[in-house]
Amino acid sequence: MLVLTCPYCGITAEETEFKPGGEAHLKRFGPGSSDADYESYMFNRKNPRGVHFERWRHAYGCGKWFLAARDTVTLEVFGTYRAQTTTPPADLVATIAQKRPDWEGV
Amino acid sequence: MPRYSAFAIAREAFRQHSGWTQAWKSPEPRNAYDVVIVGAGGHGLATAYYLGHRFGIRNVAVIEKGWLGGGNTGRNTTIIRSNYLQDPSAAIYEKSRALYETLSQQLNYNIMFSPRGVMMLAQTEHEKRGYLRTERANALQGVETRFISPAEVKKLCPIINLDGPRYPVLGALWQPRGGTARHDAVAWGYARACSDMGMHIIEQCAVTGIERINGQVSAVNTTKGRIACAKLGIVVAGHSGALADMAGFRLPVESVALQALVSEPVKPCMDVVVMANTVHGYMSQSDKGEMVIGGGADGFNNYTQRGSWHHIEETVRALIETFPMISRLKMLRQWGGIVDMTGDRSPIISKTPLGNCFINCGWGTGGFKAIPGSGWAMAELIAKGEPGPLAAEFAMTRFREGRFIDESVAAGVAH
Ligand SMILES: Cc1cc2nc3c(=O)[nH]c(=O)nc-3n(C[C@H](O)[C@H](O)[C@H](O)COP(=O)(O)OP(=O)(O)OC[C@H]3O[C@@H](n4cnc5c(N)ncnc54)[C@H](O)[C@@H]3O)c2cc1C
Ligand SMILES: [Zn+2]
Repeated sequence: MLVLTCPYCGITAEETEFKPGGEAHLKRFGPGSSDADYESYMFNRKNPRGVHFERWRHAYGCGKWFLAARDTVTLEVFGTYRAQTTTPPADLVATIAQKRPDWEGV
Repeated sequence: MPRYSAFAIAREAFRQHSGWTQAWKSPEPRNAYDVVIVGAGGHGLATAYYLGHRFGIRNVAVIEKGWLGGGNTGRNTTIIRSNYLQDPSAAIYEKSRALYETLSQQLNYNIMFSPRGVMMLAQTEHEKRGYLRTERANALQGVETRFISPAEVKKLCPIINLDGPRYPVLGALWQPRGGTARHDAVAWGYARACSDMGMHIIEQCAVTGIERINGQVSAVNTTKGRIACAKLGIVVAGHSGALADMAGFRLPVESVALQALVSEPVKPCMDVVVMANTVHGYMSQSDKGEMVIGGGADGFNNYTQRGSWHHIEETVRALIETFPMISRLKMLRQWGGIVDMTGDRSPIISKTPLGNCFINCGWGTGGFKAIPGSGWAMAELIAKGEPGPLAAEFAMTRFREGRFIDESVAAGVAH
């Protein structure tokens, strides 16, 4: 059971209180974009073995979407952060880099 | 390789069973092969088998990082059915189901195919309309299914509760020639037949890199050294993303955990497979007497072969509602597998950006039933370099072109 902390209301709870929402920081491509860009935005995913940035919603709490960094092999949650950003916060990236020296980076 | 038969059992009985030999050989890898298949699950082994059997390509290695069949092939709940909605799905799943009918004879290996019948319960008006539509579609596709009444459901499966507290049973989509098979035996049977054709099955050997020259694969790097190949087939289910990364492309696939569990063995009480997609659970009884139970997949990316506890609780809750008699059963084992989910919940059998590299993945929660048909179609793709009619629609370019094979509505539950 994953334990996550909602960065908005500060509540720490088990994963049943949250809903997963897939890969984070996707760049949106809409009408007028190339087929390749639209396809990769809609469907193609990193799906890494290891560090993954992903979206979660505090579904049974404050209802807000937020972002999390997690290891898909160990299920360790490195941290959560607010969704109003296109890149993960620098201190979180530094923490992950320290814990996972082989990680290729964001 | 000695044939298995009643006569062979009798002969061995007279000599302390000293004459049985290893079902498949464990050779050291050669430096090069005509075709290398990554992944010795059912789909990889079936691909190799039909490469040899249909196309005479026998200089083949199947490379497996763990033990043969230790991935999803050995972890699934073995439901076999072909009552899908879309034409391309019905074609390949029905081909597969038909191949299962005679696979034991074909492979000279008892895979225990048991066409005991599969029913998918309709528990809302919406679901009922959906299955009536599937019934019509299946009639056009040549897949034998029938929408049956609640009374017929009860007759086929007396332990079912038709008047559940939340969702009464309004009928079911019944496929009389659907059923189950012994999952390990499917992998073992194909492996034995491949080995007999002189193919190499190399276990405990992980592919760690893919060498490329001018848009072609030249070799794979493995934990047992470099192995050159003229063609490469990637058939690694939940690990497809990792292999695609080694090959330098991305896939419309995400890996999540799907779990199953079995109860203590009990006397025979259910001789059909029942799927309850609205409440999200399904159950059948194994030949050993265990109730084999499955339900929904987790929602987050995961490579641990370990799922979330609350999904088990949800599945069991749904099934107690459907089969009240199981409420006192003890559960014996629970496990997870990493399944490869695509955007339209249909598989990928496809060329890749690399000219001589082909991929078969995306079977997600429902690819055990597809093993023979998928291997059949994948072998043709690798042998000819172009897909045959069964595989053509499953090219991964369909996501770019918007030609989805949407089974996400038709198959609400993971199976
Ligand atoms: C709990 C559960 C229940 C299911 N129930 C059903 C069901 O009832 N009916 C149904 O039809 N389907 C079901 N499925 C789905 C089905 O199991 C799969 O779709 C199918 O088994 C996939 O077979 P495969 O050969 O593609 O993959 P796998 O059997 O997973 O084989 C892939 C192999 O590739 C190997 N591999 C991975 N990476 C590497 C590497 N780098 N180098 C070398 N080898 C590598 C793995 O070790 C593995 O053995 C279920 C799945 C699960 C998990
Ligand atoms: Zn919150």
